[in-house]
Amino acid sequence: MLKNLFQITFLLILISGCATTVEPYDYTALKESSPRSILVIPPMNNSVEVTAPYSFLSTITAPLAESGYYVYPVSVIDSFLKENGLPTPAEMNAVPLEKIDEIIGADAVLYVSIEDWGQKYNVLSSVTVVKGHLQLVSVKTGMLLWDAPIFAQYNPNANSGGGLVGALVGAIVSQIAGEITDNTPLVSRMANNSAINAKKRGLLYGPYKVIKEK
Amino acid sequence: MKKYLIISSMGLGLALLSGCATNKAQYYWGEYEGLVYQTHIKPEEALPIIQIEKLQSDIQKAEAANMAIPPGLYAHLGLMYAANGDKSLALGSLNKEKELFPESTQFIDGLINRSINNK
Repeated sequence: MLKNLFQITFLLILISGCATTVEPYDYTALKESSPRSILVIPPMNNSVEVTAPYSFLSTITAPLAESGYYVYPVSVIDSFLKENGLPTPAEMNAVPLEKIDEIIGADAVLYVSIEDWGQKYNVLSSVTVVKGHLQLVSVKTGMLLWDAPIFAQYNPNANSGGGLVGALVGAIVSQIAGEITDNTPLVSRMANNSAINAKKRGLLYGPYKVIKEK
Repeated sequence: MKKYLIISSMGLGLALLSGCATNKAQYYWGEYEGLVYQTHIKPEEALPIIQIEKLQSDIQKAEAANMAIPPGLYAHLGLMYAANGDKSLALGSLNKEKELFPESTQFIDGLINRSINNK
């Protein structure tokens, strides 16, 4: 009886946590390369929402920097690339790594693709979705250092209650509000944070990470 | 028996506490990323002069809170000064980015050299 109790507790400790059943990421290449700086290239957009790449771009610096990396100033980089004859993210994603090494000097490049983005209007509610993929590549070797899918969705009316009429009113209100306030940065932030900080598959800490003693 | 139950429940508590604990931010983020959003998506609401004001205020707030300035903020501020025609303040901000984050040196030096050579 007591033995069982202990075993159950142990199992619970093992099972709890964010995602302990996932296969750990193979960090060999990342550890070998140990980049200090990350250049985020404005994302490739495979969604129908034209604002997706730049909305995304406003949500990626913090999670990467908080993980300890130097992140090049995303807007400055974007205007620099535009001034140098690369007007769209599609063209920016095609810049050879040797050029990036020569002109920017980044250790790693984060390539981002966006698959789905923005508000999905259903009859009774609307959900904001962000879905895509991150790929961190070594500038010197071109090797893949780390990658992860990103996904999050947000329903502002979830758990609001109020039955059918409440749900209908909620859908209308959030669709009108959606015209004014864009939820996508919030949802994109959720998606990036959970990918970058994921247990066993997240991005390892970079050199600027301050580990605070508690 | 009671003792074991207590130990077990401590284990349970540990199980609940472990996992998704998030670290406190090490940088003061303030308006920086919101301004990145506005720069690209609502530029009419993010004129350089407004951005300069907000970023300067963030720098003061970060100092007051004893928190670090995030990577990119000073470079972004430099871009705004340049857009506003204030070359010496732009240079000052770009150099500050280099000082805080030497990884930016190659890129920032290139920006500075090209802007001097072009004008």
